[in-house]
Amino acid sequence: MNFKLKVWRQKNSRDKGQMVTYEAKNVSPDMSFLEMLDLVNEELTGSGVEPIAFDSDCREGICGMCSLVINGIAHGPDRGTAACQLHMRKFKNGETIYIEPWRAKAFPVLKDLVTDRSAFDRIIQAGGFISVNTGSAPEANSILISKESAENAMDAAACIGCGACVASCKNASAMLFVAAKVSHLAALPQGQVERAKRVDKMIAQMDKEGFGNCTNQFECEAVCPKEISVSFIAKMNREYLAFASKGGGPETTKGEGI
Amino acid sequence: MILDSKIPSGPLTEKWDRHRFEMKLVNPANKRKFSAIVVGTGLAGASAAASLAELGYDVKAFCFQDSPRRAHSIAAQGGINAAKNYQNDGDSVWRLFYDTIKGGDFRAREANVYRLAQISNAIIDQCVAQGVPFAREYGGYLTNRSFGGAQVSRTFYARGQTGQQLLLGAYQALSRQIGLGNVKMFSRTEMLDLVVVEGHAKGIVVRNLVDGTISSHAADAVVLATGGYASVFYLSTNAVGCNVTAIYRAYKKGAFFANPCYTQIHPTCIPVSGDHQSKLTLMSESLRNDGRIWVPLKKGDNRRPDEIPESERDYYLERKYPSYGNLAPRDISSRSAKAVCDEGRGVGQTGRGVYLDLAEATKRLGEQTIRERYGNLFDMYKKITGEDPAKAPMRIYPAPHYTMGGLWVDYNLMSTVPGLYVIGEANFSDHGANRLGASALMQGLADGYFILPYTIGHYFATMPKTKTTVDHVEFKKAEETAATKIKKFLSIKGKRTAGSFYHELGSLLWEYCGMARNETGLKKALAKIPELREEFWKNLNVLGDSEGTNQSLEKAGRVADFLEFGEFMCQDALGRKESCGGHFREEYQAPDGEALRDDANFCYVGAWEHKGEVQAPVLHKEPLEFENVKLMQRSYK
Repeated sequence: MNFKLKVWRQKNSRDKGQMVTYEAKNVSPDMSFLEMLDLVNEELTGSGVEPIAFDSDCREGICGMCSLVINGIAHGPDRGTAACQLHMRKFKNGETIYIEPWRAKAFPVLKDLVTDRSAFDRIIQAGGFISVNTGSAPEANSILISKESAENAMDAAACIGCGACVASCKNASAMLFVAAKVSHLAALPQGQVERAKRVDKMIAQMDKEGFGNCTNQFECEAVCPKEISVSFIAKMNREYLAFASKGGGPETTKGEGI
Repeated sequence: MILDSKIPSGPLTEKWDRHRFEMKLVNPANKRKFSAIVVGTGLAGASAAASLAELGYDVKAFCFQDSPRRAHSIAAQGGINAAKNYQNDGDSVWRLFYDTIKGGDFRAREANVYRLAQISNAIIDQCVAQGVPFAREYGGYLTNRSFGGAQVSRTFYARGQTGQQLLLGAYQALSRQIGLGNVKMFSRTEMLDLVVVEGHAKGIVVRNLVDGTISSHAADAVVLATGGYASVFYLSTNAVGCNVTAIYRAYKKGAFFANPCYTQIHPTCIPVSGDHQSKLTLMSESLRNDGRIWVPLKKGDNRRPDEIPESERDYYLERKYPSYGNLAPRDISSRSAKAVCDEGRGVGQTGRGVYLDLAEATKRLGEQTIRERYGNLFDMYKKITGEDPAKAPMRIYPAPHYTMGGLWVDYNLMSTVPGLYVIGEANFSDHGANRLGASALMQGLADGYFILPYTIGHYFATMPKTKTTVDHVEFKKAEETAATKIKKFLSIKGKRTAGSFYHELGSLLWEYCGMARNETGLKKALAKIPELREEFWKNLNVLGDSEGTNQSLEKAGRVADFLEFGEFMCQDALGRKESCGGHFREEYQAPDGEALRDDANFCYVGAWEHKGEVQAPVLHKEPLEFENVKLMQRSYK
């Protein structure tokens, strides 16, 4: 297969950047999208052009490192699939493919298709955890958790933190990412003690990082490689209202418990 | 030098308790005066960094990925073992210990493995408290599944994403400490060298992968949690960023490297489809519960699988191992697949594949049940191959997956360089010559949560009280060496990319030091690798510069180390003239083709000491003593 690629090239975060056209020749339909880029990069290097920088690691859809907007869609056209598991047989021979980085104020481009997503880490650092020191844990079966709650928590916890939700949202909202973590921990008995403080702190950090608001268009769910449900956003909003409505903001949630 | 494993005296069951009592402590007020560097943020690294910070130590953590959450532990599917005996099926600490030591083909230390089994239960408690959503029964209790190499059900799991959930638990604990200011996190930062001052590990030299700057970090101890080296084979189930650099650099600075030839080849992966592939994907071993593995009886039989009648199929595992059948252990299943493909009976375009057929189970249980059990695997298979496994049998082939070898450590997880600790897959300690399924996660977390935090305190309490800063000449020297090497990569301006050398090296190692090894092949590899390395340093092409992000430059550095390490691995494989676990030497097999250990001559840990660039490394032997289990030949017939 042969393709024409229009790829975002940007030397560093200070550079303006532009779309550049390349040819991808002799592509096997069995290649993953990233392997197609590997091939293009080998050829570019051979002809003295610096290869296209892009992030990837596990290449099996679980680490969340790959982050490409393909033909305007975060992770490309295949639903429930990260770019690393998208294969070239999903494209038409001769097609022109547009490849861009995640675009959001909170995710500045570092080079070409590589962006800085450390804002996500800072949101987790603000409160996306259960405060338990190593060694303090009680016997695992001493706290029962219904199968339903465990499954519900797992549905939310499946988030891989790739940021496609942000990249697809016209407001660059991080609500699906934050909601997934808030919902995961709120679904479990161990997460109850810090429930109020957690949602407050995570949302405050999310706002501080410059992510936008949710306007219920659900592009995030449509592009999510793990198909995390937007119903978790509703769940987070309820969590937030439940705690913020009692006087508003972190002040009222200083106390422990709910 | 005589290797001192520092195994505590006394009965096996009391060693760890006794040791914990005998180790010196650092009082709480003094802990903040001691600093530790943790490199790598997978299960071992993240759990260690979080636990050390909770204790009050001053911690810096490093990872090359853009976030500590992306470390490759995240890709582990199956589960984590623990001796809870929740199933009331006869499990115990002793049984987990015994299964693990036997699974490792009697090439691990009894004391380490027993401690691992002892700690296993506390890990589950800790993870549940963190909010890891393990699978549960309707009554709300934790549930288990069975795994290879054990007759009890002791594996805890979170769907097919156990590694992800455990890593997120550790990542969240780490994030909490970062938020509290107790850990300083350096993402997109790669370790280039270890700095040793007056015989003690005192810091590291790193490169910032965003702006290209090289800098030094000093601490009272350095912890390497940088994972294994299965990616030396180029194609493996490891992430494309996995590399041997950190532990290989440490080896060159004096840390002994143990058993590099112990590599695990996982039997059920999606086969290689062509030269373009960058990695291989695992298909959970659980498929072998219902799947039958076969190849055509005839060589070069190109018919579609459904056109091949029963009488012309060879269910070779069932034929060779009637009692274990399709559930024969990993090493045996892998070697058998290779054997039938070598005979020219492999399937698929490349001829390197065997069928994993669920047709009979589908007929027996119905399509619905099969889909419920394996639906997510079917989807993954379909995405990658474009074929629907419900319609035709899957094709699978073994692939490099894990490495049991690693830096040598004593019972305290300290290497031969005082102050340098090595945890998780990066060390050699607990799996012997073969790792059992669901034991890697257990070991990574045992090391990070429950062993290192105690043993490192003893070192701090007893080490020489001299503080080293990054102004020390050793840091400057290491920085210069790193910078010179980078300049060299950029100045060669040859014709080949680092990737092409890497691919060639990987193919060589897979051919001659993969699932089965022999003297002739290993010698061939040992002749070819230096030639390839020589060409690398003459004909490498790295574009761009050293300032800013340069992924080709990063790769060149990793490939340069693989080119040395690959040779080293072959040397070790050549010297170990026996077959054990994942190390199968064709010359040493029983008449029935099974691995033949040589306990009289090889019942030792082989730890290599680097002797400089010109001189060959020296092998030191740590004899393995078995006081509690009897050495025996494994049989699965």
